[in-house]
This record gives sequence, C-alpha cells and structure tokens, in this order.
Amino acid sequence: MPRIIVEVMPKPEILDPQGKAIASALPHLGFTGFSGVRQGRRFELTVDGEVTEQVLASARTAATEMLSNPVIEDVISVRVDDEDAA
Amino acid sequence: MSTETPLIGNLHAAPAENPLSGARIGVVTFPGTLDDRDAARAVRLGGGTAVPLWHADESLQGVDAVVLPGGFSYGDYLRAGAIARFAPMMNKIIDAATAPSAARLPVLGICNGFQVLTESHLLPGSMVKNEHLKFLCKDQVLQVENTDTAWTSQFTADELIAVPLKNQDGQYLADPATLEALEAEGRVVFRYVGENPNGSRNGIAGITNETGNVVGLMPHPEHAVEAGYGPDDATGMRSGTDGLTIFTSVIASLAGGAQ
Repeated sequence: MPRIIVEVMPKPEILDPQGKAIASALPHLGFTGFSGVRQGRRFELTVDGEVTEQVLASARTAATEMLSNPVIEDVISVRVDDEDAA
Repeated sequence: MSTETPLIGNLHAAPAENPLSGARIGVVTFPGTLDDRDAARAVRLGGGTAVPLWHADESLQGVDAVVLPGGFSYGDYLRAGAIARFAPMMNKIIDAATAPSAARLPVLGICNGFQVLTESHLLPGSMVKNEHLKFLCKDQVLQVENTDTAWTSQFTADELIAVPLKNQDGQYLADPATLEALEAEGRVVFRYVGENPNGSRNGIAGITNETGNVVGLMPHPEHAVEAGYGPDDATGMRSGTDGLTIFTSVIASLAGGAQ
C-alpha cells in the first residue's frame, strides 16, 4: 500500500538535547568525524488506495497541525514514498 | 519538654479558611495521568469539591474550574501533551476557558497539564526535554510574580514558595517576541529561584493567559498541601504546604466573582 512520508525536525535555533546527547556519545564508540547531531522524526502514513492530491493535502495539514509543533519544530517534507512498500 | 514532637510534622494542620466551601473543581484524567488523585485531594483540602472528569466525556458537569493534573497523557508518545489536546473533554475546556464573557472557566495545568495547555494554544510556547536530559525530582523554590490570576490571588507579591518539581520535559521555550510580551504584560506567574533546574527561558516555571483564568506551571503544588507529605521547610521535615494556596485562591476567586 502506498505511504506518505512526513519528516519533522527541531527548529535549527532550538537546542536539541537528544541530538546533543548522541553527539557527545559518538566519540566513545570511535566515531570521531562528526561535530553535531540533530534528531528528528519520520512518520509513515499508510494510505488505503490511491494517494490523491486531496489525501496529500490532508497529510500536509496533519503534519503542521498535529505531527509537529510549530513553536519548536519544522516540517521538512511531506512526500509520497517512492520506494516499493515493504 | 512537655509537648510531644511529631516525627514528620503535624498531620492534622487545618486547611486555610474556606471562603466558598463546595466550589466544584473538575480534575481531568487522561490515559497516563498520574496525579489526578493528588489533585483531587488538594482540592478537598483547599475547601472545594473535587469532580472527576474523564477525557473521553463531553460534559463538564457544571464545574466551576478545572485542573489538568500531571502525568504522561497518552504516554507522551507524539510530544508531551500533544494527543491529550484532541480529547473530547479538552475541546469543552478550550471553549469554556476562552468564552467571550467574563465568566471564563479557570483552568490550571500542572506539569503534563501545562504541556497540554501549550499544545492546546491556551498558553503560548512549548516544552522540550530538560536541558541536562535528566528526569528531575526535587523540592523547588519558586517566586510568585503575579497574584492577579484566578489561581494565585491569595499569595503575596513576590512570595517565595517551595513545591516538588518532577519532570522530563520541563524546559519552557518560546520565541523572543512571545517571551518579551509575557514579561512586559506580567504574565510570568512563577519563576525558578536559584539554579535554573531545566534550562527554561528566563527561568520561567509558570505563566498565565491574557485574561488570567488559565495558568500552567511545571512544578507540583498538589504535592505540597498537607503536613507530612510536602517539601521540608523551616517548621520541620516534609511539612511544607505552600501549594495549598493555589487551591484556596481559585475558590476565593470564584466566591468573589473575580473570574
């Protein structure tokens, strides 16, 4: 079944404590080439049937009104999954 | 000494006088709410009648005010308070709290309840994880900076109070313009005293809306309402009851028709 992928990231100017914690742990495991980490979220919305423009519009609204909080997060992308659904 | 010294304080301290005994204060339970019983107990000790409200119901049952207690509504799986915001009961509360008349429903959000209030847009800003990523549990001193709200009318200006703080996502954030407005309009109700425990902007522990009927705060006044169970204070171990004034304040405000 087709899927819509929504990606949400913390706003650049807001400290991302989770990303910071991961960044500080990476060198302990020998991964020394990375100066920063930011952690976001990926949502996969499964669609029964065709992904119409209306369905996509609905996903965009869900992305901005529920899946993200505009005070602290940005919606990076809302797109149809172009890989074959596993 | 002729008087017996209690081990953990006087367990029978009388609550403050009850200006409107019988005021009905709703306490909402969401899936994952933890502190609803404590909030109900605080309402009773403050002189009110606690009315349990279930998240999926649509009737406010004629309550005079509402408390959104702490916990982890819907597991906080999306964001803290994000899913609770869409509960049928919240729709009723949002409508009643923003009614056009002066009879706006007083609403208090504590901890997760504060997070629900920001997600509901009843209060500005948002919460993210504590700056140092640790779950905090400690007695916290706060300064009461606004005594004009429905929930703080019986505090004195700049009064220092001690109540427990326990949270994971307690770092208050808002954009610079919002922070400036909150400060300029005196809408910072509670501010952390001493070291900022979670990195909140401007040390903000609690705020109110433009009309003073909606208040959110991160620490827990409902855990500081009865001697024997509250923070340590000058009179003895665990004997702090500073949180009780929140609950007597709303009852007094209702009696005075202030809100």
